[in-house]
Amino acid sequence: MKDLLAVVMLLGIYSLLSASFFVLMDAVDVAFTEAAVGAGISTLLMLLAITMTGRTEHPTRHKPLLALAVVVVTGSLLIYGTLDMPYFGSAEAPIHQHVAPRYINDSMQEIGVPNIVTSVLASYRAFDTFGEVVVIFTAGMGVLALLSTVRRSEDNETIDSFNQSMHEQHLILRIVSKMMIPFILLFALYVQFHGDFGPGGGFQAGVIFASAIFLYTMLFGMSTARRVINQSFIQILAATGVLLYGSVGVVSLLNGKEFFDYSALSADPVAGQHLGILLIELGVGITVAAVMVIIFFNFADRRGYSPDKESEDL
Amino acid sequence: MDTLIQVSSSILLLIGSFLCLSGGVGILRFPDFYTRMHAVGVTETLATTMILIGLILHNPDFLVDVKLVIILLMTLFISPTASHALANAAIHNDLSKQKNDTSDSGVKPSKP
Amino acid sequence: MLIGLYNYWVVVVLMMVGFYIVIAHGNLIKKIVGLSIFQTSVFIFYISMAKVDNGTAPILANGIEQYSNPLPHVLILTAIVVGIATTALGLALAVRIKEAYGSAEEEDIQKKDNLDC
Repeated sequence: MKDLLAVVMLLGIYSLLSASFFVLMDAVDVAFTEAAVGAGISTLLMLLAITMTGRTEHPTRHKPLLALAVVVVTGSLLIYGTLDMPYFGSAEAPIHQHVAPRYINDSMQEIGVPNIVTSVLASYRAFDTFGEVVVIFTAGMGVLALLSTVRRSEDNETIDSFNQSMHEQHLILRIVSKMMIPFILLFALYVQFHGDFGPGGGFQAGVIFASAIFLYTMLFGMSTARRVINQSFIQILAATGVLLYGSVGVVSLLNGKEFFDYSALSADPVAGQHLGILLIELGVGITVAAVMVIIFFNFADRRGYSPDKESEDL
Repeated sequence: MDTLIQVSSSILLLIGSFLCLSGGVGILRFPDFYTRMHAVGVTETLATTMILIGLILHNPDFLVDVKLVIILLMTLFISPTASHALANAAIHNDLSKQKNDTSDSGVKPSKP
Repeated sequence: MLIGLYNYWVVVVLMMVGFYIVIAHGNLIKKIVGLSIFQTSVFIFYISMAKVDNGTAPILANGIEQYSNPLPHVLILTAIVVGIATTALGLALAVRIKEAYGSAEEEDIQKKDNLDC
């Protein structure tokens, strides 16, 4: 398949199919995240990348027989390795015996949150989630380092006249999206705070919030979106999320307990757990939304960039 | 009364699935981009509406029904807008209205 | 008997498809697509291991006795978000390579590197 646009679209369909597969496997939180991230953000970023790297692939001149041989050998070795695994869905498999029953049985008394995945993610394994938030932040900083361009700031009159001329062409889309964006943002807030009781949580909420901003940016132009969301503001916001997350752990340390032990945050341990989970999910949501917006804005800005300016500096 | 609701929700779900399938057949069989767009835009919206109404009838819980109604309203807004966006983009890029099977050759339209 | 292991075989097939795309195609974007398919196959592996027969989603509710294992769900949630972060970074690198070398194909890039050396 030579056309990369078709490849990216098929990848989006594949992500959506795997999200529905996760629903069948009773993994509702994972399905939500995969649908939002894989079928939404990933497809969008790849489309942005293809507009800059070229839409078709050059045909290879040699037949990759060695690659095929390596793949077949590795595949058969892996299939031989799976013969020892437990059967699909059996309840006596070793992974269901040791740690998981403790989480399922004790989660309600110790933490008091119905969604076990949220309680494990935010309280029992909060340190791993901290590492994940820092990884997202680092990826945002990496994209900033690679793709940021110096933007000539345009004055407001040119932006307004540009908007007026484009308004007629995209009239229906602009009006419908203006009606939809508040609901999308409201839904993001709902998913953020409802993650304790149903599927949801910080990551999904951050991604949905960012996608509302992408919709606005795509229809109203980068200049208008930059006026609404300043570059330095969004960078400070990304750092604030990570800071909020880390400071919850440090406050627990200062109160005499271990790092990320939320029972130190309030007199009643269960109320402390609730407060701790709320604060760190908020931190995660803020960082994810800000980093997604940073990545998108930098990809979109790079489209109008020509390398002549860079050679001037050299 | 109860069986009436169950039967009607099953009928609506079946009609919705059939409409979805027929939209899929339309994508494969119609000759031109615009006719394909028309086939899938109309049938997809109606199929989603039928399936959602069937699910609303099937479920006795009030909170789930409210959420399904909100999803229904959103779909009625968003799905035709998406079809409009695609057709607008095709017009903007001068997609030809003739009966050829390649759809992104950038050929000028047959009628000005 | 052996047919109870079919989910692992599906995972291995997907993994090998992704692996083949990464090593056999020259275009950088296609390599990233192959990497994404590989990642998704690993997610399917973990999530299919977490499923218990007659279990439901791990959200505590009255009247349900058997829950699916929540621990792989937590790990895969982290993995999905880290995956999108690395994909974004990879795409940014591909865009910059295209700007610096003029092409996104592996052969052209290596040829230009050999010329410069």
